[in-house]
Parts: sequence; structure tokens; C-alpha cells
Amino acid sequence: MAAPTLEVRNLRTHFFTRAGIVKAVDDVSFTVERGKVLGLVGESGSGKSVTGFSIIGLVDPPGRVTGGQILFQGRDLAKISEEEMRDLRGNRIAMIFQDPMMTLNPVLRIDTQMIETVQAHKKVSREEARQRARDTLGMVGIPSPDERLMAYPHQFSGGMRQRVAIAIALLHEPDLIVADEPTTALDVTIQGQILAEVQKLAQTTGTSLIWITHDLSVVAGLADDVAVMYAGRIVEKGPVSEVLDAPLHPYTAGLIGSVPSRNKRGEPLRQIPGMTPSLLNLPPGCAFRSRCPRAAEACMAEPGISEILPGRETRCFFPMNTPAEQAA
Amino acid sequence: MSQAVMNGAAPAAPRKDKVETPFRRFVSEFAESKVAMGGLIVFTIIALVAIFASWIAPQNPYDLAQLDIMDGRMEPGTVGGAGFTFWLGTDDQGRDMLSGIMYGLRISLIVGAGSALIACVVGATLGLLAAYAGKKTDTVIMRLVDLQLSFPSILVALMILAFLGKGIMNVVIALVIVEWAYYARTVRGTALVERRREYIEAAQCLALPTHRILFRHLLPNCLPPLIVVATMQVARAIALEATLSFLGLGVPITEPSLGLLIANGYEYMLSGKYWISFYPGIALLVTIVSINLVGDQLRDVLNPRLKK
Amino acid sequence: MTVYLVRRLVQALFVVLAMSVIVFIGVFAIGDPVEILISPDADQIERERAVRALGLDLPLWHQYLVFLGNALQGDLGRSFVFNEPALKLILQRMPATMELAFGAMFIALLVGLPLGLYAGLRPNSPASKTIMAGSILGFSLPTFWVGLMLIMVFAVQLGWLPSTGRGETCSVLGFVGLQPCNVGLQWSWLTGDGIAHMMMPAINLALFKISLVIRLTRAGVRETMLMDYVKFARAKGLSPARVTFVHVFKNILIPVVTVVGLELGSTIAFSVVTESVFAWPGMGKLIIDSINVLDRPVIVAYLMIIVLMFIAINLIVDLTYSMLDPRVRLETKGA
Repeated sequence: MAAPTLEVRNLRTHFFTRAGIVKAVDDVSFTVERGKVLGLVGESGSGKSVTGFSIIGLVDPPGRVTGGQILFQGRDLAKISEEEMRDLRGNRIAMIFQDPMMTLNPVLRIDTQMIETVQAHKKVSREEARQRARDTLGMVGIPSPDERLMAYPHQFSGGMRQRVAIAIALLHEPDLIVADEPTTALDVTIQGQILAEVQKLAQTTGTSLIWITHDLSVVAGLADDVAVMYAGRIVEKGPVSEVLDAPLHPYTAGLIGSVPSRNKRGEPLRQIPGMTPSLLNLPPGCAFRSRCPRAAEACMAEPGISEILPGRETRCFFPMNTPAEQAA
Repeated sequence: MSQAVMNGAAPAAPRKDKVETPFRRFVSEFAESKVAMGGLIVFTIIALVAIFASWIAPQNPYDLAQLDIMDGRMEPGTVGGAGFTFWLGTDDQGRDMLSGIMYGLRISLIVGAGSALIACVVGATLGLLAAYAGKKTDTVIMRLVDLQLSFPSILVALMILAFLGKGIMNVVIALVIVEWAYYARTVRGTALVERRREYIEAAQCLALPTHRILFRHLLPNCLPPLIVVATMQVARAIALEATLSFLGLGVPITEPSLGLLIANGYEYMLSGKYWISFYPGIALLVTIVSINLVGDQLRDVLNPRLKK
Repeated sequence: MTVYLVRRLVQALFVVLAMSVIVFIGVFAIGDPVEILISPDADQIERERAVRALGLDLPLWHQYLVFLGNALQGDLGRSFVFNEPALKLILQRMPATMELAFGAMFIALLVGLPLGLYAGLRPNSPASKTIMAGSILGFSLPTFWVGLMLIMVFAVQLGWLPSTGRGETCSVLGFVGLQPCNVGLQWSWLTGDGIAHMMMPAINLALFKISLVIRLTRAGVRETMLMDYVKFARAKGLSPARVTFVHVFKNILIPVVTVVGLELGSTIAFSVVTESVFAWPGMGKLIIDSINVLDRPVIVAYLMIIVLMFIAINLIVDLTYSMLDPRVRLETKGA
């Protein structure tokens, strides 16, 4: 099998604020194979978005990638120059942002914003670039793309804008798309449509996808693998169906438990007690221990990430749903 | 009894220092900026010099008997007929520039601060009224504000002086008319937000008289932005007064403010006698800059949007 | 759009009317016009005749209507000092003021935009801090004093630039204006000598505006840089130059253009000071001289023309704004 599209090894992205160092991403590793979808799940502030921005090289000061490797088709993105990175951005690696109302420049027409992207990476005429923009808009299901090209962003609905943003991401048929909660701001029905289309596109073009979300139900329907982040670290990763069926980490279990649809009617909603810890001066040991029902003395030490079951890794001294535990 | 109270209060004082009152926090936040503190110190010195001008100035520049035309246009550092040194030189009438500047500062500050104060009272009252009464009152007051703010201050002042004629009182009137709109707009903006708060509703439920709700409940909560605007407006008023006096529309020639001192030096500038215009200008500049620095910091400290 | 335009024009008309009432009452009703308009050594009968001839025996509202009627025909009275139509005097001096104001605005944008852009992109660099400190100084410096200092340094000490006057002018646009005034427009900026004369006044007048443009641009850049669409533009792999000059700059241009446009009016008003310092023969110097000698018809004419100019400028700025910002454009279409 060919090299994976993306392999992130021990990535660290820290923010050097006046109040102290915020370890937004701390020792994060994962792999995305060609044509596969990785769901990156976590609460807000868990470092999942910063991971996305680290990959595409858009972490702004006071933040900085301080360690680890980001191997994209074998090249370490953490080491290449800004020039080389810019060459990849929007070309081989594209990104879709959370709020479609904010991602398109309000004073530029859609055609300007699409054509500039085409021409940033390909030496083509304006007309060819426009042709490409028109085709891509059609591809993401925007009716009468010719007319729409001449419009300004405010003339589109939220769902339409996100389709435009997706079309922009697809202009160069990238090998990897980092989607940062692209459907969170949209209506549920539109969310479903967009998910279905993105999945179809990923399958037909062989594009790999990192889908950042806090919504497990989205991951369940879309992703092949899932990585769960907590306080800047990955606490569990593995194939989606297995992780959701039998989570190893208590935090994953808590997340699954707090999805309303999974609870039986009449039963009180389960929730994870306590709050996400501040990433500023995180105490040593397992970051989840203060909220964890299984926490013990041993959790004062930092658990490493280890493969407990084939293809399933977790960062916990007392994993759940292991064969031994199920036997007991 | 009072002795006992004082004795009782004394040990409590150091502990009280640690309690963070809003005022203490405000003071410590303000002091964070060294530049602003410098501005405040400089302005305090300027204000003291202006207040005590008649004691510390070597000469009363408004007393024509003390002026000797023979001392006219002397360079800085020369010793005049009266026996003291003109550190900053003299103007064409033999007026000691240092004394002239001290007295001029006094006029500039009185006119600037006085007009800002009157404008503040007028503007804040109208602004409160507009916000509280709403409807027609609001529309009328705010239309007036908009109309006036669409014309630059110098033009409005010129227009008023063209109607009323020159003179120091007319300058004050002009400055008040120029400035009230800024206060009115600021107070109305804040008051519109504040009047929807529960404490106003509570005061209304208690059937307190309107003037009490306006001035005892609503106004104190509109103070922070008002203070910022007032500081900036004092600087603007001083600058505008100086400009009007320079144009010959302001204070009388016998009691020159800084602007008029500068104007008096204009014709001698071309023959290289720079000091008559130069030093009063520096005094004016330092005054305005120090007030603006204080105002800048006040805005940062008192602006809730910038609070981390 | 047409509806919007018509509505704005009607609004403007009301403002002009309101201002004409204020100016009329202010200048003609306060103080006794008879004292000013009629020679002091005229006897009683002459006075009464003059009062009737001038319509001063009519009720105030009637006088105002006469004033308005004359004003509509371009007759704003004759200057006592120059014995010429006041309107003509003003219009003759208008080109001098306009070229000074536009020169100042040009300098303000030329200097302020790049400095503000730099300060916004690198807010923590020492150069940016210097720029911002300079802009505080620019706000605080009294214009007239800076003018004097410019004269002292560049005209008196160094002798590089002429201190006062307009220098050589060049008549390009001769045009026949309103009935009583055939004006050939004289321009300074078309001759080398004129430019040299214009240099200092224009810089002087520009100082305040430079600070303003720097502050606006910097604030705009800093705000816009945080927007998602800028990050998205970077994520598209655009060059930093394109991100800065297309995505950021175009967004900033809207507020800056609005304010600078609105400032044209205040620049013209503040040229009163600069013109007095540099003896620049424009409208501003004329109005100061007229106030000093109580030449009321000229004062009235100046105020009315300034009011008209302001309203026109506000209108043009609004329209430009709606052309630059597609969001506004849509709203006005809907209206």
C-alpha cells in the first residue's frame, strides 16, 4: 500500500501568551490514508482546530508549532519554507472553515474569490479559471453557476456559502481537505445534504479528509477512523464503528453517553461532570482524572498512548471494554 | 469620642488598602501606562503654574505699567530694564514671554475647561433627556446633534462669532455650542443601554421622581464614557480657543491667551525673531498632548469592550 | 437607487433651507443692519428711504423670503468692502481653497495609508510604535503654530520654499458661471512656482488628516486581519501581497474613503487657519477678513456656499460608499 496522505507524529503547538504557555496541541499523532475520512472529535478548546491549522501552516503568533512532524505524502510540512507551504495550501491541501458567513470576503465577488484561487496555483487564463470555477460550483450542487459567479457573498444563504467554500477547496482537486466544523453553523437538513455530498466527492476523487467536529453523530455517519482529543492530546483513536460501540477511554464513553439520541426516552441525560481544564499550566498526570469515574492513584502520572487492541489506541491506565474487562 | 474613632480607624487603614474597590482598580490600571502617568504629572504641573501664575511669574504681563517698550523683542536670556532676566525673551511690547505664557495658560485653561464643563452639563442633560423621554424629544435633540456634528467645529465656531462678534465670553459660548453635541451623543448612547437595565425599572416601580431617576440613577452609570469625552473635549476646546484667538476672533489683545501670543509673534517670525511665537506654541502643544495622553489611557481603562 | 437618491436630495434640500434660516436670522436679525448698511452721516429721511429700499421695514418672514428669492437667483448681496457681488468674490477664491484642500487630502492619503497599513500589519514593531506616537502628536499639534514653524524653518532659515501667497497661477478652465460672475479659474498646481507655494500650506493642512488616516487604516487592518475570510484567503494559498492588498485593503478602503470624503468638508473649513497663516488668497482668508470688518453679505455668502458644499459632499460620499460596499448597495436597492 502507498504511503498515507498524511502522517502526523508527536505534533506540539504551543501558544506563548503573557499569562504563560498554552499547550493547545501536545504530542498528537495520527495517520490519514488516501481517500479515507478521519473524524477529529473533541469539546471546544480541546485543540482540534489548532491541529487543523497546524497542518495547513496557519497558526498565528503567539502560537507556534514547537515540535513533531507533519508528513504530507512523505514531506515534513513543519520543516518546509513558507513559500513551499503556500504552494501546497489551497492546492494540495485545502481547508474549509466553520462559519460560512465569515469565510467569504464580503466585498469581493464570488468569481474573483474563485479565480484568484485557481490562478494562485495554475498558470491559466482568466477564462479558463472561470470555466474551472463554474464547473466546480456545479459539482457542489449550486444551480445556475454562471449567474452565481457574479454575485456577492451576502446574496447567498449560509448553506450556499458553505457550498461555495467547499467548491473553492475543491478547485485544485486536493489530496487532503481539513474541514473545521463546516456544518456546525448550518441547519440540520442542510448539514445532511452537505455531508452526503462531501462523502461522495471524497470517494470519487480519492481525497483524504480530516473532519473536525464536536458532534459524534456526524462522525458516525461520515468517518472511517476517529481520534478523540481532550486538553490538547489524543485520548483515543481507532475505527469509527469500534470506538463508538466499545470505547476504551472513559472520556469517549462520556461523550457517547451525552449524545441525546443515544439515551433512552425518559432516562435522564448523562453528562460528564466538571469542566474542561484550562490548558494554561495544566497539572501533570492524566488531564481527565478530575472528571473521570475510574480515576485512581496511578492517574497522577501521565499515561502514554498505547495500542490496547489491534488498531485501537488509548491514553488511559484503566481502559474500558477490554476483552479482560468484558470477561470479568 | 473623635479621638477614639481615630484610634480605632488607624489600625484598620493598612488592611483597607488590600480591598479592591472599583476606584483603586481604576487607579492601578491607569497607572499601568507610564506615558499616561507622565501626561498626568505634566498636566498637573501646567495647571499649578497656571493657577499660581500671579505669584510665580516675574511680571504681570497684563499690567501695562510694568511693561517697558524699550524691552521689546529681546532675545531669550537678556536682562531687561526692570532688572530680571527674560529667559524666553520678550514680545514687541516688552512683555516677558515666560510671564505671558503663564498668564496665557491660565486664560487658555479657564476657557477650555470652563466651556467643556458647561457643554458637559448641557449636553449630558439633553442626552439623558433624549434617551429617557424617547420619541419626539429624542428625535428633535438627535437631529440637532447630527446636523451640528456634520459641520466641523471651526466652522460652527466661526459662524457663531460672525453672529455674536469677538470677545472672550462669545468664544466660550461658541465653544459650548460646538461641544455640547458630543456629550449629548455619548450620554444618549450609554443611557439607552442603561435604561433597559433592571435597576431603572426598579426605580420606576418605586415611583421616584423623573429628575431623581435621571440624575441619581441613570447619570452615574453613564459617567465612564462621559469622562473620556470630557477629557478629550478639554484638549479640543483649548486648541480651538487658541486657533480662534490666533485668527483675531478670540480674547482681547490686552490679555493675550496662548493663541494670541503666537499670533503676535507672526510678523516678527519672518525677521528671525522666532521666540515670540515658538515658546507659547510649545506650551500649548505640551498642554494638549498631556491631556490627550491622559484621555487615551482613560479610554482604554474605562472602555468595557477592551477589558480582558 | 433612484428612490434613495430622491429621498436624499429632499433631505438635503431641507437642511439647506434650515441653514438659510439660521444664517439669515444670525447675520441679519442679530444686530441692527441699518447701522451697517447705511452710512452713519445719513439724515433721518435718507435713512427711512434706505430702510424701505432695502426692505427692512417688512416683517422678518417677508424679509427672509426676499433674501431667499434673491439667493435663488444667485444674488447674496454686495460686499461693503470690495463693492462687488459677494458670491463672485467667494467663487473667485474658491479654486485656491479647493486646490489646497485636495492637495492636503492627497498628501494625507499618500502618507497615511502606507504608514497605517504598516502599523496595522506589524503592530508591535518599534517603527509602528513611532508611527502611532507621531499620530498622537499630529492630533495635538495646533495647526496654525505648525504653519508658523514651517515658515520659520523652510522659508526663513533654510530659504527653500516661499512663505506666503499663491505664486504663479495658470488659467485653464475659463468658464461662465452663474449670471453675475464670469470666473476664469486660476490654478497654482499647474506651475512649478505654484507648487512650491502650495507645498507648505498643503502639508500644514494635511497634518491632522495624516494622523486620522493612519489611525483609521491601522485599526481597520488589525480588525480585518482577524477575520475568517483573511485566514481563508491565506488557506487558499494566495500570496501575502494579494491577501494584504486585495482582501484586507479593499475592506479597509470603505471606512477610510468614507471618512476621508467626509473630511474634505472639514479640510475646506480648516483651511481658514492655514490660509491665514500662509496668506493664501482663498475663501478662508476672505471670511476671516470679512468677519473682522463685519462685511456681512460676504459672511452670508460664504456660509451658504459652505453649507451647500457640505451637503453635496455628504451626498457624494454616501453614494460612493454604496458603490464600494455591495451590502449597502443591496439595501438601498431594496429601499
